[in-house]
Amino acid sequence: MFVIGERINGMFKEVKKAIEERDKEPIQSLARRQLAAGADALDVNVGPTKGKAVDNMLWLIDTIQEVTDAPICVDTPKFDVMSAALKAAGNRTILNSTKASSPELDRYIPLAVQTGSQLIALTIDETGVPRDVDARVAMGANIVTKAMEHGLELVDLYIDPVILPVNVAPKQPKAVLGAITQLKVISDPPPNFVIGLSNVSQSCKERELLNRIFLCMAIGVGLNAAIMDALDTELMNAAITAEVLLEKQLYCDDYIAAYLSNR
Amino acid sequence: MPIPDVKERFSGAINEVTIGATPAQGGSRIRTVTIGGETGLPMLGFEASYPHSPAFALEVNTSGVDDWHREARKHVADLASNLEKWAARCEEWGADLVCLDLAAAHPDREGRSPEKCADDVKRVLGACGLPLIIWGTDVDEADNNVLPKCTQAAAGENCLLGTAKADNYRTLAASCLADSHKIIAEAPSDINLSKQLHILLRDVGVNLKDIVMHPTCGALGFGMIYIYSTVERGRIAALGGDTLMSTPVMVNLGKEIGRVKEAIAPEEDMPQWGKLQARAPLWESATVLGYLAAGAELFVMRNPEALQQAKAAIETMWPKPQAAS
Repeated sequence: MFVIGERINGMFKEVKKAIEERDKEPIQSLARRQLAAGADALDVNVGPTKGKAVDNMLWLIDTIQEVTDAPICVDTPKFDVMSAALKAAGNRTILNSTKASSPELDRYIPLAVQTGSQLIALTIDETGVPRDVDARVAMGANIVTKAMEHGLELVDLYIDPVILPVNVAPKQPKAVLGAITQLKVISDPPPNFVIGLSNVSQSCKERELLNRIFLCMAIGVGLNAAIMDALDTELMNAAITAEVLLEKQLYCDDYIAAYLSNR
Repeated sequence: MPIPDVKERFSGAINEVTIGATPAQGGSRIRTVTIGGETGLPMLGFEASYPHSPAFALEVNTSGVDDWHREARKHVADLASNLEKWAARCEEWGADLVCLDLAAAHPDREGRSPEKCADDVKRVLGACGLPLIIWGTDVDEADNNVLPKCTQAAAGENCLLGTAKADNYRTLAASCLADSHKIIAEAPSDINLSKQLHILLRDVGVNLKDIVMHPTCGALGFGMIYIYSTVERGRIAALGGDTLMSTPVMVNLGKEIGRVKEAIAPEEDMPQWGKLQARAPLWESATVLGYLAAGAELFVMRNPEALQQAKAAIETMWPKPQAAS
């Protein structure tokens, strides 16, 4: 399981404040804590902060790189910010994200290839988030085709079939699972699959439970990465356990400690 | 049509473990032996590297050879009462290491004292320049009394001592740490227990890179397949990045050969099986080759003729260093 820690995001008050005051400590602490808890990479999103997005993003990346060489998942909808961040980062990077429409893919995939980044592609196009499995699969196929066309190795491609909150879009979790099931046989080797997990429980009461159960269900059909709260111990333990039950890790009585020490 | 690239690339590698210490390293061995370091499954020279050849130890047993089968016993019968001569002969026979089996300390045998066992260790170290494996009795209480004295007696020689088991590992781990020896972690044909034992050893301070795994052993025709698949599964996990399983593997197989009828039945009883003189060593060397194919790197044997056969066979098939492209 490739865990991308979600906590360095300007949507969180603590992070917003730290970015605006250029206070490194809270950011570096979040980086360290997420990695210690099991994150393999760190998502970085400036969110709705004051100041220029590109400056804030570059400062965040520099700040994180001072304490870790873990991959940085650059999370921005703006192409110029993305481009500047991927070029400036010294750590390995993951481009997060591009949409599945061809003009977008033709812009973002070459940027990923050029900067040696991995890439997350969402199954969203100009018409929005697909309602069903078939539209997701069609977009996924387009993503894979474009990746091959532009020379992005499929092991460096993550398809995000886009999960929406279960309280407003109850058919979506099942559609996401169906899409992963179908898309994982699209190529050999298959692309990777990632979801922005916390979205499934947005504004719900039982957030942690929903996250935990949905993550395990998705791992069961082939999900191998998630942008998620690595500081949620129960969530991490559930993911590790799901992988043991699928024989992706060798069982032993202390398999959770074994997983964490193996990273 | 281009030929597809079928090479498997693994993220993990097997740990390199060195046994023995030369005078420059604080010991008195004439050379050291290093095992492990592979980057792929066994014998696939086109896709992985194999920096060290498999290593072979011959058993020297403090309890003599009365219970050894005939074809193994005949080579050492005149040496059994003299550990020094026996150990020195192992060197002449081409062994890379000596495995001193402390069977005499077993309570059902002589119950030899810890001091006397430590003296056995010293005498063997004095008589033979090969790196040393020291093998306990498999009786927890006896091992916990005897092995700490032996680690002290061999301090500085960087020996390999065993065996540590999931329910009896603390004493040996502490002794090996104190006297800087390598340790054998034994889990009988149980891959999950093996991983757990490595965690337990790590938690008491043993470096994973100082562990050699012993999944126990069955001879060809006597449960070998169970051990084979245990070794193979562990190896695949290790190469996939499970660092807890990245320890090299040894099998103490010499003593198992005598349990197999095909390896010991005289030709008068089984004329269709051919000459025992040829059959017995072949059985032992064939067992080695089986475990080699599973991934094992260190073999403890009894019959010097079998050791020479196995070494000669491996010489013809073992991928040369840097063979991988």
